[in-house]
Amino acid sequence: MLISMNWISDFTDLSGLDIDNLIHRFTLSTAEVEEVMHIGGDIKNVVAARIESIENHPNSKKLHLLKVNAGDEILDCVCGAPNVREGMIVAFAKIGGSVHGGMEIKRASIAGFESCGMCCSEAELGISADHSGLMEITDDIPLGTDIKKVYDIDDIVFEVDNKSLTNRPDLWGHYGIAREFAVLSGRPLLPLDKADKKKYKNLPEVEIDIKDKVNCYRYSSVKVENVTAKVSPVNMRIRLYYCGTRAINLLADLTNYIMLELAQPMHAFDLRKVGKVEVQRFPEPFEFETLDGQKRRIDPDTLMITTDDKPVAIAGIMGGLASEIEDDTDSLLLESANFDAVSTRKSSSRLGLRTDASMRYEKTLDPEMTVDAVERYIRLLTDIDKGARVISKISDSYVRKYKKITLTFDKKYVDRYTGIKISKAMIEKTLRALGFGLEIDKNEFTVTVPSYRSTKDVTIKADIIEEITRIYGYDNFEVKTTLSPLYPVRSTNNRVDDYDIKNLLADSFKLHEVHSYIWCDARRYKEIGISTPENVKLINSMSPDHIVLRNNIVPTLLLMAAENKSFAGDYGIFEIARVVEGLKEDGMCNERKKLGIVLFSKTKSEKQLYTELRGIVDAAVTVVKGEKAVFSFADCTPFEWQHPKNTADISVCGEKIGVMTAIHPSVGAKIDKKAAIVALQIDMDMLSSFGKKPSEYAETSKFPTMEIDLSLMLSKERTYSEIEGAVAAANCPLLKRIVPVDVYEAEELGDYRSVTVRLTFSSYEKTLSGEEVNAEVAKILEKLAESGINMK
Amino acid sequence: MKEIIEKLRQSFIGDLAKADSSAQVNELRISYLGKKGSVTDLLKQLKDIKGSEKKTVAEGINALKSFVESEIAAKTALIAKREEDAAIEATERYDVTMPSAERLGSLHPVTIIQREVEEIFESMGFTIEDYSEIVTDYQCFESLNIPKHHPARDMQDTYYIENGQLLKTHTSAAQNAIMRKYGAPLRAVFPSRCFRNEATDASHENTFFQMEGIMIDENISISNLIYFMKSMLSEVFRKDINVRLRPGFFPFVEPGFELDISCLICGGDGCPTCKQSGWLELCPCGMIHPNVLTAGGIDTEKYTGFAFGLGLTRLVMMKYGIKDIRMLNSGSLDALSQFTSK
Repeated sequence: MLISMNWISDFTDLSGLDIDNLIHRFTLSTAEVEEVMHIGGDIKNVVAARIESIENHPNSKKLHLLKVNAGDEILDCVCGAPNVREGMIVAFAKIGGSVHGGMEIKRASIAGFESCGMCCSEAELGISADHSGLMEITDDIPLGTDIKKVYDIDDIVFEVDNKSLTNRPDLWGHYGIAREFAVLSGRPLLPLDKADKKKYKNLPEVEIDIKDKVNCYRYSSVKVENVTAKVSPVNMRIRLYYCGTRAINLLADLTNYIMLELAQPMHAFDLRKVGKVEVQRFPEPFEFETLDGQKRRIDPDTLMITTDDKPVAIAGIMGGLASEIEDDTDSLLLESANFDAVSTRKSSSRLGLRTDASMRYEKTLDPEMTVDAVERYIRLLTDIDKGARVISKISDSYVRKYKKITLTFDKKYVDRYTGIKISKAMIEKTLRALGFGLEIDKNEFTVTVPSYRSTKDVTIKADIIEEITRIYGYDNFEVKTTLSPLYPVRSTNNRVDDYDIKNLLADSFKLHEVHSYIWCDARRYKEIGISTPENVKLINSMSPDHIVLRNNIVPTLLLMAAENKSFAGDYGIFEIARVVEGLKEDGMCNERKKLGIVLFSKTKSEKQLYTELRGIVDAAVTVVKGEKAVFSFADCTPFEWQHPKNTADISVCGEKIGVMTAIHPSVGAKIDKKAAIVALQIDMDMLSSFGKKPSEYAETSKFPTMEIDLSLMLSKERTYSEIEGAVAAANCPLLKRIVPVDVYEAEELGDYRSVTVRLTFSSYEKTLSGEEVNAEVAKILEKLAESGINMK
Repeated sequence: MKEIIEKLRQSFIGDLAKADSSAQVNELRISYLGKKGSVTDLLKQLKDIKGSEKKTVAEGINALKSFVESEIAAKTALIAKREEDAAIEATERYDVTMPSAERLGSLHPVTIIQREVEEIFESMGFTIEDYSEIVTDYQCFESLNIPKHHPARDMQDTYYIENGQLLKTHTSAAQNAIMRKYGAPLRAVFPSRCFRNEATDASHENTFFQMEGIMIDENISISNLIYFMKSMLSEVFRKDINVRLRPGFFPFVEPGFELDISCLICGGDGCPTCKQSGWLELCPCGMIHPNVLTAGGIDTEKYTGFAFGLGLTRLVMMKYGIKDIRMLNSGSLDALSQFTSK
């Protein structure tokens, strides 16, 4: 919103103060100022002058040769404006002066004739966008008078961020902003100059019938006739233009002017079309033409202004074309009403029509100001057009009121909230200046909130704290720590696990952490041969490809692997993030935090990579839980990207926490035909739910160990874990370790592979003899033979 | 006998001069001092000599033995040195400028900054909480004093889910649950991924990270809020940061503020980054609204508190000079693999 400091100065005298500094304080105490513009400095030495004579230019159809009377001298001027006329009073820029944009006026020769100045359009003076012809001065000004002495061309205009005013309905007009400036500068706020409604109390009422008493709070109105003035005074038009509004005609301009002044939207109906009003909704939708010429569909939820049940305006949003002020309009019915914020906002968004009026109603305007606005309108109109005649009472139907808000608090409450000592006198001065009613009993304050702050903005004690502190100035606050008691920080172990795993993967396994999205990317999934699963859906996603939430983290990472094919021959990526595994019994999303890893290699075999991935799981589970991960062939492979054979369940503490898999060739081929890809997903929520096993230390033996290697024939159908199982069943206390040291596969071995394991024996008491160890080995071989595993 | 000893000495001197490898010197040692060596032989003969001559001869032979031993040791050392020098001379000089094929892993920049900020808060006694991304309307709005039809709900474009839940639009959505979990007094920060249903461009993402912080205790004040924000931000940026508060409207705080920090580029003098103002808008904060405390089961007569919402993603972009926010979720390893340090 644009604010004119000239306008502000109508309501509070800021003379002698540094205005830029005041605007800066406004940012710190009230709302954010985005830009400050100093307007009019470029208009210099422009005077009122009369065109005394006009001659046609001999060589040009457009140009004229003028004699211009600038008060103290008659000057030659070559002018191309179409509306030039003898006797016309114009704004004349003299030599040495300048116009909008800073263009300097010099003695010039135009098409062979000397020109000693320039007659200006309004656009050239920067006071409107009109450059169709010369500005005609109709006010009575002595020739030669600098026009800046008469017109408020010099101004400081600043733009306030609308968002920072959402909660301050009182600041959507200059009068409310002026109140802030008055408080910040310590100057008084002047009362509004308006007509007195008592003067019209014996006139007939305007018929007002509010049928919807929920969405309309108040409707005030008046009728005026015999209006002959059509154009608004120059200074009013300048203000409207500086504040971003286009001048139309006097009656409409006045409604806009008062909206910009008091934040009260108004509407002027042509009295010939609208003689009485009703406020209502219609059960059936219909079409209505608004004054911008658009035909709009009005639904049953949209509040309308009607006359004899005929719609004439969309309440709080826009008037109708049929009843707008026209060139020959000389009488009007004025609307100054208050409509419900939510209803106006919703109608406005359904219609796709957001106007200066609806924007203000959305903020929950104060219904108390409707009559003031009518009185102000009458004052301004009758000042401008002395013949205008009020022909009705200032009529008012006030059907819904806000409660008066009174708040009580003590000085201690303020001290506790602020942490500093703001004096009682300061509190009192601030609140009174802001318009709050105040009673003080010792250290207790009883505050009555003014109506313009009580529609939603100030409703509780804490709101008063803001009023006191923002005016006091946050820059004046002492910066100090708390005196709170100390207590140990509660640490949540899931976060520690996440970080431990992230460190391990990045530092020890050189993987790269990535971030992605919580939804499936249907289009890109398809590109790598993965169909979007049935899962929980978003209902309002902007992209049709991002509707289904992901139920597994791996496909996202596979997409990233596909994107990074040229990054390196070998790399791995991981993410710890959420997926949604359908809905829980209570209907809520089953949100799970997962670890996902994808390894990609053009140099290693899929088997090598799969083994590597297993090693990573071993390390991760050991580091965060001190437990051993157990791997087993997966019973089923529900996802199409999982390899039907090489997919394994990962368990910890007897519970399945995840699945690792080689990528199905059909998906792998779409990513990279020459690469091996393996992936896993581990449920971090589940892993974190296990306690961490304390590390156990085993004293090392002082006696030498003995190592025995056994080469065993293991059928390809069987797993290494069966060797471990048989060895464990032999129950040898002297056996410390068993590790595989070699796996040999060859044609001559047929359906078998030769697995060499190294058995390490040792004792804490003595050096073992060959006989003792051999006896243990024999027991082990016996158990292996029982399981059908024999020496090579 | 004396002549024999002398002859042997001369023959040793001659042989030693000829030996020029450690192997030859070793052969020489064996032929003179070994079990069957010539000096050893002489010593063996000593037992046949009787009387006074024996002592003189013994002294002569031992002198010879010592002489041979020391000469061999000297020669051995000399040759070893020479051979070592030759070996060094023959060694290839490795090209240390050849880059190593070794690669490092990397952490996501959000993880790095998140952890840094968490550590700062942990050092000030704040608990770090992890909270779900999918929340209810109550958690995201109602409990935060944002009733239905409140314009603040329009400000945030929310992703709604078919079961009525939603993807949280801000980390404040965890405030209620965390207040209920711990009660007062409470100091907690809770980072999380947040979501806004909007079109993406270089400065807008629909998926981004925030970090919320709350501190609730008896007598928590606005001046405490300023202190904590200033201390924390000075740690984050590793230099003294000035902060200023401006009034800002957020339904879950009262009073609410926009917090600006002194411009990191110009230090407050004014530059293009801060649009000549000397200040950068950084994060919203404020005193927790009494309705929010009440919804969290906290007694507003006894306790007050402050809350702030730090844009973690924005902080990451500021700290690393990342210009396009979309890089962060792109999975591009060319970009992400650069973040090798913690």
